[in-house]
Amino acid sequence: MASPLKQFTIEPILDLNIGETDISFTNSSLWMVITALVLIIFVAVGTRRSSIVPGRWQSAVEYFYQVVADMVRDNVGSGGRPYFPFIFALFMFILFGNLLGLIPGSFTFTSHLAVTFAMAAFIFIGVTLIGIFTHGLKFFSLFFPHGAPIVSAPVLIPIEIISYFSRPISLSVRLFANMTVGHVLLKVIGGGVVALGSFYILPGIVPFMALVAITILEVMIAVIQAYVFAILTCVYLNDALHLH
Amino acid sequence: MEVEAAGLISNGLKLVGAGLAAIGMVGAGVGVGRIWASYIEAIGRNPASKEEIGAFIWIGFAVTEAIALFALIMAFIILAS
Repeated sequence: MASPLKQFTIEPILDLNIGETDISFTNSSLWMVITALVLIIFVAVGTRRSSIVPGRWQSAVEYFYQVVADMVRDNVGSGGRPYFPFIFALFMFILFGNLLGLIPGSFTFTSHLAVTFAMAAFIFIGVTLIGIFTHGLKFFSLFFPHGAPIVSAPVLIPIEIISYFSRPISLSVRLFANMTVGHVLLKVIGGGVVALGSFYILPGIVPFMALVAITILEVMIAVIQAYVFAILTCVYLNDALHLH
Repeated sequence: MEVEAAGLISNGLKLVGAGLAAIGMVGAGVGVGRIWASYIEAIGRNPASKEEIGAFIWIGFAVTEAIALFALIMAFIILAS
């Protein structure tokens, strides 16, 4: 019985090395490229020959635009308009990456902490720099208690700083853990279907129904996790732009 | 002989540790249930607020579920070390 963790191994498709650094084109990179291409085709073809009364494809693209635009407007306010393209790209990339990973035989590139932490680290550093450039040194008033007694400051400030630094960790681990655990669960139940159903079909039907239910749950989780990643990015951006 | 016994014991203890780490998911289970309990109660009190609050339950669910998954990842790390 193969391990359910074998599906996450990264295999190089094209071995490339610059000196000691391994920059091969792997199955993870392949699926990132596929996600990007699917996204580009989806948005570009959908908005070609755009009309005021949209057709079906254009409606679908406009729906995603509206979801992200509402998210940015409600969570960042009017000052968040310049950041909309970034949040849109982030949300759609993670969404399509998660969903394409549910295709049997594909690879979920968001199921690797390296990928999600790279995204979360960029967002964290970017948002902190935006905050410092917008407010100067007043940005650090983010950590000072607002309306709390000044005596409690030596206790509250380290707690605030630690919880600020826990943001990229929680952001990345949330997405990585959800994707990994979901796919491990799918593999384990799939193995149960094969084990029970290989001689007679009937015993395999019950785990198969569980597999169908878990797959539906995984589609929901894929969408929700992409949405939560994007909306938390908007919330952190709001914290940096308008200090509390 | 001693080394083998020590290896077996550490393997067994690893499994016990992983099991203990996964118990932490109980808190998240309670928390996730409370999200929808409070949502249903809020709709019961004010049916018009269904749309407004409806967006927040998914954020709350994902953030609470993340804590459960932190515990599960700890269990996997212990299991694989």
